[in-house]
Formats: sequence, structure tokens, C-alpha cells
Amino acid sequence: MSRFQVVSGKGGTGKTTVAAALALALATEGKRTLLVEVEGRQGIAQLFETESLPYEERKIAVAPGGGEVYALAIDAERALLDYLQMFYKLGSAGRALKKLGAIDFATTIAPGVRDVLLTGKACEAVRRKDKQNQYVYDYVIMDAPPTGRITRFLNVNDEVAGLARIGPIHNQAQAVMRVLKSPETAVHLVTLLEEMPVQETADGIAELRDAELPVGRIIVNMVRPHLLDEDALRTAAGGRRKEIAKALTRAGVTGAAGLVRPLVEQAAEHAQRVELEREQRAVLADLELPGYELPLIGEGMDPAGLYDLATEFRKQGVGEGVGQGVGA
Amino acid sequence: MTQRTDAATAAKTAATSGPDTAGSPASAPTLDTDALLDDPDIRIVVCCGSGGVGKTTTAAALGVRAAERGRKVVVLTIDPARRLAQSMGIDSLDNIPRRVPGIEGEGAGELHAMMLDMKRTFDEIVEAHADGERARAILENPFYQSLSAGFAGTQEYMAMEKLGQLRARNEWDLIIVDTPPSRSALDFLDAPKRLGSFLDGKFIKLLMAPAKMGGRAGMKFLNVGMSMMTGTLGKLLGGQFLRDVQTFVAAMDTMFGGFRTRADATYRLLQAPGTAFLVVATPEQDALREAAYFVERLASEEMPLAGLVLNRVHGSDAARLSAEQALAAAENLEGGGIVDQTTGKAGLRDPADRSADSPQAAPAPGSVPDTTPDATPDNSEREDAEDREPTAGRAPDTPGTASVEELTAGLLRLHAERMQVVAREQRTRDRFTALHPEVAVTEVAALPGDVHDLEGLRAVGDRLATGSVPAGAA
Repeated sequence: MSRFQVVSGKGGTGKTTVAAALALALATEGKRTLLVEVEGRQGIAQLFETESLPYEERKIAVAPGGGEVYALAIDAERALLDYLQMFYKLGSAGRALKKLGAIDFATTIAPGVRDVLLTGKACEAVRRKDKQNQYVYDYVIMDAPPTGRITRFLNVNDEVAGLARIGPIHNQAQAVMRVLKSPETAVHLVTLLEEMPVQETADGIAELRDAELPVGRIIVNMVRPHLLDEDALRTAAGGRRKEIAKALTRAGVTGAAGLVRPLVEQAAEHAQRVELEREQRAVLADLELPGYELPLIGEGMDPAGLYDLATEFRKQGVGEGVGQGVGA
Repeated sequence: MTQRTDAATAAKTAATSGPDTAGSPASAPTLDTDALLDDPDIRIVVCCGSGGVGKTTTAAALGVRAAERGRKVVVLTIDPARRLAQSMGIDSLDNIPRRVPGIEGEGAGELHAMMLDMKRTFDEIVEAHADGERARAILENPFYQSLSAGFAGTQEYMAMEKLGQLRARNEWDLIIVDTPPSRSALDFLDAPKRLGSFLDGKFIKLLMAPAKMGGRAGMKFLNVGMSMMTGTLGKLLGGQFLRDVQTFVAAMDTMFGGFRTRADATYRLLQAPGTAFLVVATPEQDALREAAYFVERLASEEMPLAGLVLNRVHGSDAARLSAEQALAAAENLEGGGIVDQTTGKAGLRDPADRSADSPQAAPAPGSVPDTTPDATPDNSEREDAEDREPTAGRAPDTPGTASVEELTAGLLRLHAERMQVVAREQRTRDRFTALHPEVAVTEVAALPGDVHDLEGLRAVGDRLATGSVPAGAA
């Protein structure tokens, strides 16, 4: 698998959860992964139920088999100050720049600089090696901006390289672009089996491809258990209600007669949803990309749920055959 | 001020038709969206919330409903899904309000819809405030082109700009605004200020200094801070980039007061009594956490919150049967030794088997239980099934059909799943209500599918108005 795993998805599809589960799954059995967030939402801290993440790589979880997950909330302003310090030994002058509003300008107003800094920091972590010339992180997983903005976010380096035609930002932008467009990177899109997220996924893939960014997998999240098939349902609707009421009574349910109608109606809604999901699966199948599927965690997401999802990822082959390019 | 309070109070107290929430441990007041839409003093409704909660659909549904209740409405969407634009009968929304056909009913008003084109909106401001030569210099500047095509914040700024323009035209009774899919739901409040203060700030003034001097004076006239700064930025961004910025800033010079003033004016418009905010959320942790931040932020900015739209809420008419009871009953049925495991159509199936289902096995959406297309042996008694005994001779475990035990167990497991969802949603929502008991809430029951047409938007509008979700979720 690619060493830089970028996870995007429409709002509400659970991309932060998926990114975290992927980081856990890839860390399994002694690996070390870095999970980064770039939108300042502290979503990772909330998910792992820890305090807010500082601008510092910090271990937040241990994976099954002894692996480690580190996390980092990248802050554009700090990244810029670090960068200036590193290259220009600015020291207190950095603070003066901040006071003047120059840092604010560079990180929020100047088109793209913010994104360059964010992707730049992540790419630095991907390429970082220790004294033994080993990669510090086996994988870097990014909880990226949503599908509607992902191509622009990743591709902004191209734009900046054009806008700032010389200088370190230009060079930085080009270096980042080389990583992002290489097989070292895979951009995954998280979706639900619903029409709008699926449509957005299809659009997002087309945009990524136009920008020559490496599309990874489609990750279908929150897949509901399939509890009742349609034949059984038709039978239920077809008039076995009296029998069902009796069966309910036999099973120890009181007042069964009044429950049959709502239960059958719920089943009908379920069937309708299953049918819609089937249609969306067909749309996704047409995209001809490999995928993963993660189940709905009915009780809501907590750290235990994350481990369940990580296990699910492992079952579907995540982390196997490192370097052999399993899918993406 | 008093008027705003009145509007908010009216929306809360007029809400007696909602579901009875008295039994709920933490019951919020009910939001009456119709009272809000009918109130002639309300001229702007802003729908905000985190991504993926159905903001745009809510805005469109409110637009349809308000129009059909007689108001002349324009809906300003930011980035609608294609299907949603189509649901309003418009294939491609653009930067000009278009009339939506099909608004019906006695005394119906009008619905117009548009989609924000941020570059176009920015260009229009430039063209309106600069003469030909200067406008062209700005429009052709590479820095401007990047800025207007979408730096973090342009969309938010332009959305508020467009809102100000629509309001100033005074052509509509009611403007319903969707907010941009930002990093955070709060961005659209902050971005205009940020851009405004940037354009008005020290930094810009310093940047403008050399350009104003036409470059002839050189660096010796500037203070040390300035030369260090342009020097550093020049190194960092490249000299050309900085020159582009300086040229842009110089060309925009005359407009700066304008931008800042406009940002302030829009901000005041949002605080005005004729504005109402609706926070949209799904009953999920993340969405409600964002919603809570938003409620607090609006309060601190003295912006008038009408209430919370809780979208895609699940309920059950069989709520008195708990998840645990349903699962226990399902196990009783399955463990009874009467389950026919040899049939190929068991009630419980593995997801992997799904692909084996032939397409025609699926009932048409919404067809059950009234119009099941297939003729089962029991078809004849579909209508009055509850009144009659099953046909003699049909054993519960007839081969080829799921046994009634399997079937019932399946129904019970499905119900258990539903009740778990209901309970989880209730917990997240109770947490919100505990934090903000004053916020009026309307619930919108989850639709099984997406909205495709005006009819679908009407259905959402009905649910918004009645706030009705089957028992168990209220």
C-alpha cells in the first residue's frame, strides 16, 4: 500500500473515523503510523477521547500486536513559523511578522499558501528518515478536507508553483507535488450508500483523475446489517400477520397484535432502503475501483468501535503485502 | 431588539401542535417553522450547520413551503448537489435568481432560486466600484484571479455580499440562505471580518507604500520592519508574487473602504430583527457538537436564533418493545428448534448472499404493505389479513418460504436495530438539550431516499412544519 494515505469524503460520511481506523489497521503488528488532521477541528482528539492535540507528534493509541499510532494536528501558522525559523533563523522577527499581520496574511488570505504548508508538513513526515535511514513512519494517514475541496487542496501546489514562480515556496510546492502525484500517495474517498455522497464521490474521482492525482479506493462506510430479505418481507406483507402475531406471543412478546403492523412497516422501509442501496452499489461498481466496506457501529463511535473498524480493515486486506501494492 | 425577541418567542410558544414531549427527561420547546415562515417581519432565514446534515435541502424545502404559503421567496444556495437543483426544476442554477415553476396552491407566492458564483460576484463588485481601466487592471491581476477563484474565505465573504445585495433590492418578502460547506460551520461569520480587516489592515498599508510611490523611491524611505517583511515575503513567495499583490492592492485602493463597510453592513444585517438563524444538525455527536458551538456563537454575537432543525431522526411506532426485548424474543424463536434451516429463503441472511437475489425479488419502493406486486399464496387476504385466520393447510414452514419463526425473528432483529438507533439518537440529543434547554427544536423524520422533485421538498417541508417523528424518538 502507498505510504501516504489521504482520506477524503463528503461531510457526514465519517472520514475522520475512517482515517483513524485505517491508521490503527496499518499500525497493527509493530508498525508505526502518523494520523494527521489539517482542518483545526480536533476531530482526532474527540474520536480517541483525549485532550486537544498540540502541534506536536504524539502517541495516541497502541494497535493490536504492538504497533503505534501517532497523531498530529497541523497548524498552518505554526508550520509557517517553523519553516521560517528553519530556513531564515528568524527568531523574534517571526513574532514581529505575526504582529504586522503578515503571518495571518500568508496562512489565511494568500491563495493556497495555507494548503501548501499543510500538505508540505504531511509530505515531510512521509519522507522523514531516522539515523538508520529507515522511515520514521511506515504510513502517514491524512484526515483531509471533504470531497468537494480535495482536488483543489492537493493540487494547490501546482497553482502556487505557478503563482510564486521562484523562491522557496515555489520549490516547496513542486517537491510536495512530486510526492502527491507519485504511487507513494493514494487518495481514498469515503461514501455512504446514499445518492448524494455517491454522486459526489463519482465527481470527486473524475476531478482527481483530471488533476493526475492517484485515486485509491472507495470506502463505503456505515453499511447496515442486512437483516431481512425481500422474499421474507413479501411474505410478511402478504398476509401472515396473524401467524406473526402468534409467533410473537410464543416468543414472549405481550400485546403482539398491535406490534405486527409497525414491525412490518419498518421492514418495508428497510426493504426500500436496501433497494436504494443496491442502486448506489451499482453506481459505485461502474466506477471500477477497488473498495473497502465498513459496518455501521450502531452504538455510536467510541475508541472500541475504532478498533472494530480497524479489525474490519485488516480482514479486507489492509496492511497485507506491504510494498506489493494491494489495490492502492 | 424587542422585535427580535418577539419573533423568537412566537416561534417557540406558537408550537402547540408538535409531538408531546412532556414525558421526555429533557424536553426542548418545539420550533414552529410555519410561524417563522409566515411572519412578515422575518425577511432573512439563514440555515447553518456542519457538512452533510442536509442544510441545502432544508433551505430549499423551506423555500417551497414559504412560497406555497404565499410569500415571495428567493433561496440562495451555495453549492447544491445537482439533483437538488433539478428538484427545483432548474437544471443549472446560476448567479441570477430564476423563478422555480410548479409552486402551487391557493394564494401561492413565488419561489426563486440561485446558486452563488463567487468569482462572478467578486468581479461584479470590482466592476461596480472601479472605472474601466482600473477594473480591468484588477480583473487581470494574477493575485486577484487566485483570490477570487477561492481562497479560504472568499466563498463565505461573497455569500454574505450576495445576501446583502439581494436584501438591498427589496424584491423578495423572504430570503432563505444556505451557508457554505466550510471547515467549520462558523467560518461564514468570521470570513467577511477577516477579509475586511485584512484589506483594511496594517499589512496592506505597508504593502501599498512602495506601490504608491511608484517604486521610484526604493527601500530607503521605508522603515526597517517593512523592508525586512517585504524582503522575507519576497524570498518566501518570490518577488513576482509580491509585486502582483502590491499592484492588486494599489488598484483596489479606492475600494477598501467599500469592502470593510460592506462587511460591517452585512454583519449588522445578520444581527437585525428581521433575520432568523436555523441551525441544522443530524442527531449525531459531531453534528450536534457543531450545532452547540453555533448556538453559543450566535448568542455571543447577538444574532437571533430561531431554533434547531434536527434532521433525519428515526422513530418507531413499536417503541414500547425495547431492543433487548426484541432480541430476546428473536432468540426464543430461533432457539426453539422449529426453525427450518433447509429453506433457501431464510429470514436472516448474510450480506454476502445479497448478490444472489434477483432484481425482481425486491419490492418497489414504498409498495409494501399495500401493493405488493408479487402473488404469494396469501395474496387474497392481504387487505384483511389481520381479521382472518391463515388459510388452512399452509404450514408455517412450508418449503420455499421462510418459516414464520424465521420471518418474525427477522422482523424483531430489524426492530432491535431500529431501537438502538433511536436510543443513540436520543442520547446525543439529550446531551444537546441539557446544554441548551432554551433552543426550540423541530424534528424531521428520516426519509428512506433522497429528494428528487418539488414533491419531495414538500414532504420535507411538511415534516419540518409538524416536527413529527413516530413515538420513541420524541
